Amino acid sequence: MNNKMLKNYAINLAVVILIFTGLMGMMATGMLNKYHQGIIIFILINVILASSLNLVTGFLGQLTLGHAGFMAVGAYASALFSVALKGQMPNLLLLIISLIIGGIAASIVGIVIGIPALRLRGDYLAIITLGFGEVIRVVINNIKITGGAQGLTGIPRIASFQSAFWIAALVILVLYRLTHSKQGRAILSIREDEVAAEAVGVRTTYYKVLGFAIAAGFAGVGGGLYAHYIAFLDPNTFGFMRSVEILVIVVLGGMGSLTGTIVAATVLTILPEALRGFSDFRMLLYSFMLIVMMLFRPQGLFGTGEFSWQTLYDRTKLVHSALRKREKRGGIDGSTGSK
Amino acid sequence: MALLEANNISIQFGGLKAVDNFNLQINDKELVGLIGPNGAGKTTVFNMLTGVYMPTEGDIALDGRSIVGKKPYEIVKMGASRTFQNIRLFKELTVLENIKIAYHHDLHYSTLSSILRLPSFWKYEKLAEEACLEFLDIFEMREYADTLAKNLPYGKQRKLEIARALATKPKILMLDEPAAGMNPQETHELMETISLIRKNFNIAILLIEHDMSLVMGICEKIVVLDYGKVIAQGTAEETKNNKDVIRVYLGE
Repeated sequence: MNNKMLKNYAINLAVVILIFTGLMGMMATGMLNKYHQGIIIFILINVILASSLNLVTGFLGQLTLGHAGFMAVGAYASALFSVALKGQMPNLLLLIISLIIGGIAASIVGIVIGIPALRLRGDYLAIITLGFGEVIRVVINNIKITGGAQGLTGIPRIASFQSAFWIAALVILVLYRLTHSKQGRAILSIREDEVAAEAVGVRTTYYKVLGFAIAAGFAGVGGGLYAHYIAFLDPNTFGFMRSVEILVIVVLGGMGSLTGTIVAATVLTILPEALRGFSDFRMLLYSFMLIVMMLFRPQGLFGTGEFSWQTLYDRTKLVHSALRKREKRGGIDGSTGSK
Repeated sequence: MALLEANNISIQFGGLKAVDNFNLQINDKELVGLIGPNGAGKTTVFNMLTGVYMPTEGDIALDGRSIVGKKPYEIVKMGASRTFQNIRLFKELTVLENIKIAYHHDLHYSTLSSILRLPSFWKYEKLAEEACLEFLDIFEMREYADTLAKNLPYGKQRKLEIARALATKPKILMLDEPAAGMNPQETHELMETISLIRKNFNIAILLIEHDMSLVMGICEKIVVLDYGKVIAQGTAEETKNNKDVIRVYLGE
């Protein structure tokens, strides 16, 4: 690890801790009430869901529409576990174990669905994942163990802002490291050109299933967090629209940009809440903003790049020197003008 | 024994026999050209040799091992890599990343070690960085290392595609019409690249080409294909004067 990277890691860690303590402080002093806190937790859950979908849609380049299905699997698997073992271990440990179980369950379902589905591409893959997503929802709706259409109750409310924050940070870290490695390059090469990837020796099927399984697993973790924050699960919240909401975050943030996903998840979770003042026009305004966004920045907020302090620093320096140059030139122009 | 050996391979698409009893031997370090008029079946042969199509009859052996039924990435691992007629680069990635992806097989670390950033990750990533930059040096493309592949001029894109194919460390390199769409100067540059490869790498090359000046200029052995059948085989001089070859190219 060279110095520059170490510096970047240190800066990022410092920023993350700063945000965390800042938010904690605001909650402690009452600047952010319970309602705000709930929104923040939803932002964090959406960050987890959208960044995991970004791995498949943005980095791997496969359009899928069934992400809510994996979220549901994770939510139910982890909730059933914690309902059974409630009170037998410390809350934090229970949360962690049940989230791991939720993630693994969703991952397994992801592999089972991914192996046949990933043979298809483009629109076909979108439709088949949409179908599988709905199958998962309908199955949950119709079996006894999940409480069926009545929903699952009695889930311990053990997810908090702190746990959600650090889990989201961990998910982003893992995804960042994964995408910046040989596996990540293989995944990107599939997005760029699958035929060429295979022709340079990339095992395309393996990497597609790997990416899909990891994304499904993290969606499961997101679902588990949701279950343990809401403490009640209704199968209908994991419908097609949920998948679309997650996809919108990914597209808006930029396909292949994790930082973009974080920003977009924040904006798109706050926006409908902030627009509550407009009551009936709320969703209309929300949709309108999405359309405007897509018209003026179709590649998403961040495109395929990541935000980094180094680039920000370089850019501001560049702008600064350009401004100074212009000032100088302006002075010369001014003097010739006065002659 | 030849490095690449195609024995009586045929392929049938419905009622059409696109390639009929095709035979080819390529020895170590040999440069073989495969030519023929449009629709002769050159690309079909190529696709069979690279695992895209499976021959309906016959066998293809690379270094004594059959490659029939193997997936393209397995064939790459066995030592045959290719380029495409219409250049296929990873356009949104940098030149260096393009090479690194092909270098993939020499990086022995698991998914877990990339997530945990274990020492093996750093060791092999450093190795990859150095090896791939050195690789670009051979092709005099180091200055483009951080350029996006899509921003390279056409000739350089072809060069990168060839370099990328070589980064998989093949025993044989197969080029599918590398001069397609090139102007004379770019073609000249391509010829230089090919002789550069012959100087720096001990590998065989199979070339499919329309451009006669290119083929006649550099190939040691030329195979002429027409309607899925080999009609002539030999040195440039021999094929040039072959009656059948003149007939299919110029008409009677």
